[in-house]
Amino acid sequence: MNNTNSSRFKDKAFRVFGLSAIIFCMLTLVIFIGFIIYQGAGRLSWDFMTSLPSRFAERSGIYTAWIGTLWVLVLTTLISFPLGVGAGIYLEEYGNKGKLSKLLEINIANLAGVPSIIYGLLGLQVFVRMMKMGNSILAGALTLALLILPIIIVSTREALRAVPSSIKEASVALGASKWQTIWKQTLPASFGGILTGVILAISRAVGETAPLIVIGALAYVPFVPESPFDEFTVLPIQIFNWVSRPQHEFAINAAAAIIVLLFITFLMNGIAVYLRNRWQQKINW
Amino acid sequence: MARNADMRLKEKIIEKVLAVCALITILTTVGIVLILTIEAISFFREVSIVEFLTSTRWTPLFTQKSYGILPLLSGTFLTTVIAISVALPVGLTIAIYLNEYASNTFRSILKPLLEILAVVPTVVYGFFALMIVTPFLKTFIPELSGFNALSAGLVMGIMIIPFVSSLSEDALSSVPYSLREASFGMGSTKFQTAFRVMVPAASSGIIVSAILAVSRAIGETMIVAIAAGQQPRFTLDPTVPIETITAYIVQVSMGDVPHGSTAYQTIFAAGITLFIFTFILNNISYWIKARYQEDYE
Repeated sequence: MNNTNSSRFKDKAFRVFGLSAIIFCMLTLVIFIGFIIYQGAGRLSWDFMTSLPSRFAERSGIYTAWIGTLWVLVLTTLISFPLGVGAGIYLEEYGNKGKLSKLLEINIANLAGVPSIIYGLLGLQVFVRMMKMGNSILAGALTLALLILPIIIVSTREALRAVPSSIKEASVALGASKWQTIWKQTLPASFGGILTGVILAISRAVGETAPLIVIGALAYVPFVPESPFDEFTVLPIQIFNWVSRPQHEFAINAAAAIIVLLFITFLMNGIAVYLRNRWQQKINW
Repeated sequence: MARNADMRLKEKIIEKVLAVCALITILTTVGIVLILTIEAISFFREVSIVEFLTSTRWTPLFTQKSYGILPLLSGTFLTTVIAISVALPVGLTIAIYLNEYASNTFRSILKPLLEILAVVPTVVYGFFALMIVTPFLKTFIPELSGFNALSAGLVMGIMIIPFVSSLSEDALSSVPYSLREASFGMGSTKFQTAFRVMVPAASSGIIVSAILAVSRAIGETMIVAIAAGQQPRFTLDPTVPIETITAYIVQVSMGDVPHGSTAYQTIFAAGITLFIFTFILNNISYWIKARYQEDYE
């Protein structure tokens, strides 16, 4: 009898313990974000969004930083989207289960676990030095594209796998070739899932700091980039730069810039989650 | 007939183009390995590997140069241990709670909320560690330095919690329902079922999540670069400024070290050390997954 009581007690205790672990996480998140808003919201203004960086905290803005982030976002998408989806299609639809596809699979799993700063070292040697792109937006976007490629490939494969084989078989039975089946049936049916994966990957790239620092994105860029070959900075690097300064005014600037960065990240993730839900509802195999 | 041949050619070309996309991932790996190895070899022409592995001083940027990786390793080890000792118990508890105790509606609300923790950029976590956690901890530990391994590690742990909890929950939920029902049928409580049946049955997946979390923590950069300091120090004291491998690479990249110098090559020597550790961990986890994945079909 005693034994049962103690078992019941442990059961109840763990229920409370588990719930408090979750509350701990949520509370931390609320405190962190609340602190950021409390510190930075007052600094947010149209001026802050349209001012160039400056030695004086009160005059500094994030104009060059968010334009740089926008450039990187667009270029990284343009590079990684076709490559990642193409590779995903190859692995899922063409890659016969031979040695090569096994190797590709292990390799992609491995790449997904390589620290982002290592991609920075790769980009520094290959894009910045060997291909002589310098510390340009293009070099940064290429580096980030390689970084998020494994994520896009894995989510593309998952989306393709979710398409029932009956659809593919019906298409082939009607005389469609392999590519026609993929292009006309499989891809449209899985597009929502693919898009969700791509957006999540891009939002990760937008928040990346370390690899861009390594390839030499600058902390101080007094002009707005006008082509992919210009030097640049991005929001996370601007934040890092401001956080590293001892003066309190710069910390407030950093908090304000974090609000903008979090807004972009949460917006992208929100869109991705919305797309995923809609796509799951629409298609009920 | 000609149309048919055209089509076949087109199909072939498309397949080749797609194959090239997939091969880029192989090129990436080859590129990483080659670049790290080549630069590390020229580094080890200047610096003896014995000094690199045994010296306890890392001062490549000073006039008195010394190239011992141990201080960077101890810094990385320290922040990783702190992060894991937060992320593993909390993440696992959440996974068990969500899988065994929470109702379906509660779970469907909580999971996306937890995911928010995972999408916050790391530079933002660095800000939290430096501006919130360190001042907060100082009220309990007055001698805590402004930059320290403790708050960087703690915040890194919080960042990794959703990573551990979602991977562990996947492992737990792939355990078939019949096992759980059998346990309940024997009169076990949820707690007993969770810890004597579910966790052992999902152990390989849980171990994989722990290993990947360690690999994550080792490679994490911005939190430690912002909050842990830039002073390579051979110590396990969590209250003083230290430097991790990743933070060192950032430090050098922020300065203007001339290309080709030994100081420049140190970031590749540090990089290859980092790469080897994460590579081994990732492969162990992949191997466990392939070898021990319980198949309950």
